[in-house]
Amino acid sequence: MILPDPLAVRAAPSGRGALARTNPVAKLLVSLLISLVLLLTVDVVTAATALALECLALPWCGLGARALARRAGALLVAGGSAGLVTALVGVDGGTRLAALGPVTVTQGSLLSGLAVVARILAIGLPGVVLVATTDPTDLADGLGQVLRLPATPVLAALAALRLFGVLAQEWQDLAHARRARGLGDGGLLGRLRDVLGQVFALLVIAVRRGTVLATAMESRGFGAHPRRTWARPSRLRPGDLALLAGGAAVALTATAAGVAAGTWRLLLG
Amino acid sequence: MASDVRDGGAPVAVRARGWGWRHATRTAWALAGVDLDVAPGERVLLLGASGSGKSTLLAGLAGLLDGGPDGTGEQAGELFLDGVPAREARSRAVTRGTARTGLVLQDPLAQTVLARCGDDVAFGLENHAVPPDRIWPRVDAALRAVAFPYARDRPTARLSGGERQRLALAGALALRPGLLLLDEPTAMLDPEGAALLREQVAAVLAATGATCVLVEHRVAPWIALVDRVVVLAPGGGVIADGAPGDVLAARGAQLAAQGVWVPGHLPAPPPRRPAGPAGALLLRGRGVAVRRPGPPEPPLRDVDVDVHGGRITCVVGPNGSGKSTLALALGGLVTPAAGTLVAGPALARRLGPRPARWRPRELVTRIGTVFQDPQHQFVARTCAQELAVGPRRAGLADAQVRERVTDLLDRLRLVPLARANPFTLSGGEQRRLSVATALATRPRLLVLDEPTFGQDARTWAELVRLLAALRDDGTGIVAVTHDEALVDALADDVLRLRAGRPDVGAVPAAGRAR
Repeated sequence: MILPDPLAVRAAPSGRGALARTNPVAKLLVSLLISLVLLLTVDVVTAATALALECLALPWCGLGARALARRAGALLVAGGSAGLVTALVGVDGGTRLAALGPVTVTQGSLLSGLAVVARILAIGLPGVVLVATTDPTDLADGLGQVLRLPATPVLAALAALRLFGVLAQEWQDLAHARRARGLGDGGLLGRLRDVLGQVFALLVIAVRRGTVLATAMESRGFGAHPRRTWARPSRLRPGDLALLAGGAAVALTATAAGVAAGTWRLLLG
Repeated sequence: MASDVRDGGAPVAVRARGWGWRHATRTAWALAGVDLDVAPGERVLLLGASGSGKSTLLAGLAGLLDGGPDGTGEQAGELFLDGVPAREARSRAVTRGTARTGLVLQDPLAQTVLARCGDDVAFGLENHAVPPDRIWPRVDAALRAVAFPYARDRPTARLSGGERQRLALAGALALRPGLLLLDEPTAMLDPEGAALLREQVAAVLAATGATCVLVEHRVAPWIALVDRVVVLAPGGGVIADGAPGDVLAARGAQLAAQGVWVPGHLPAPPPRRPAGPAGALLLRGRGVAVRRPGPPEPPLRDVDVDVHGGRITCVVGPNGSGKSTLALALGGLVTPAAGTLVAGPALARRLGPRPARWRPRELVTRIGTVFQDPQHQFVARTCAQELAVGPRRAGLADAQVRERVTDLLDRLRLVPLARANPFTLSGGEQRRLSVATALATRPRLLVLDEPTFGQDARTWAELVRLLAALRDDGTGIVAVTHDEALVDALADDVLRLRAGRPDVGAVPAAGRAR
């Protein structure tokens, strides 16, 4: 088992593409806005409209087709399987298209399935682009300066993220070290116990390293004074405002299309 | 408001009067009754047995200990920087854009804060509310001062341990501290990295004239740099204080007995025996290549190696040469990507020839691997249980397990610690325990990764005696190390690596005996 290294994100080609270069806060706000609008309803027209508009913007996101496919792979699998399950066992309605025992696919359940797929993809895609094209440090700068979130928790989270990369290596070392002690075989239960032990050992190491990191940060004045400056200025530029406007347009258009088609239905309770 | 940057940096005077600290979670005082005056610009080496509270004193000087109602412990007496209580001195400095103190710690991996080198150095300046347009010139100056070889946007994840320590030093320097606090800054570096960092520290002190308080176990390399040695008693108080030569002459033997590496009191290795005939072949590697995920080491390739019973092979080379990767392969923990690595019948017994395919419980009775960080290998709640893990996994009966545990506790002086939690032991005790756990299953081959790394002089001497005795009993030993003294004391064969390949032109070591 290998933990993902969050710093590997930095290796993404974040320089190319107008969308990739925008302020991370603008990307984050657009992702949140589109997600919010799509969480309000499960209908195929709204979700498909949003997805189609997002796809139109993809050429400017700074990711090649292959990089995008690699990152969106998990999303496709999740969306596809959720859609399939919905089509097979979802609430039936309309014409029956296929049946095998109790499992039936009807027009209604098929539409619901498609809606689920489109919704998951439309919510997930902006997130995939955000993560792939955003440097965590730049995001923290934006959260602190553009959104004026309190600096201490933002920076503590950023430092913890870097430590997470170190812990990924520690996890591997632990796995080797434990095999050398004779751990890691035996039945399923024994293995489960060994993995839990390894997780515990990793936590102990994380606490130890975290304590040292906190000391190092405090020794450089972290948390000693409420005021701080930012070495890397982060503000919203015209391009960022354009992205925000574009995101709002996507959200509005998709909702309007859903309402016009009569499929939009507020999802409450 | 941050004023002119030239404002800071005046050497700091330290005064401690009956100072002490008790961590809120402990009942005993980490140290107590410290009386100490350090003049501006003085460079002090702080010595004392581990557990004498040296690091706590540095944290106190850095203003990091809060004895207040919401604090992390209880303070006794007084600790002043230029007449101002240390904690107050820290918070005052933050508003002025310069720090009173700069602290560099031991663990390179844990003290890098941010993902890019320049950002990491800028971090302290941001916290001190330095205006952004003044931050980057100060970052560049600090990186230049430590001769940092990379640009600002270099990812910190790609730095070596030594480079990380230089970055931490730059991060402290950017704040123009008048008091530099160094807590074993070279303890986890290889000899080249340590020498380079010492040079940088010397250059920095010469340029800034800052006061310096340094904690180190290895005295000799630092002695030229300091003008005073202070020895703390375990539990508190100053037991010796004066010029380095005087203190070491008066207290050298006592300090050496506590494990400090004192020049003229170095541990004596056992008499070297002439290399005997090779025992049974345990492992044979031909053209071994190993690839490992993770950045620090390049892939290892083209390694030929024979490991025999009753001989000690030392694998040496600078950090990043692939030594540890080779140890993993020889220990049966990773599968070579190319070449062959086969176990001889004496090692494999009735198993197949590839150690990486053996099941863990089969592996432990054949090859014992001791990792550089003992804590990676601790899996039980007490030392005695820790020693029982291997034999139990190997399927020994309860009576046999008990017998082996008792024997090892006795041989490695761990009896008083039998019920202690392994994580609470001192560094030297943890090392002895981790070696003992590997011996518990009586493997024919012992692979050790930097066994003497960061160890005090006492533990070093014990380890050397133990390894020599194991070798004489017929165990094959591979030690990955950059400790030349260990190589001199024990090696029958030396394998030298550089940048992932055997270092051609290296001298075979058969005749290294003195």
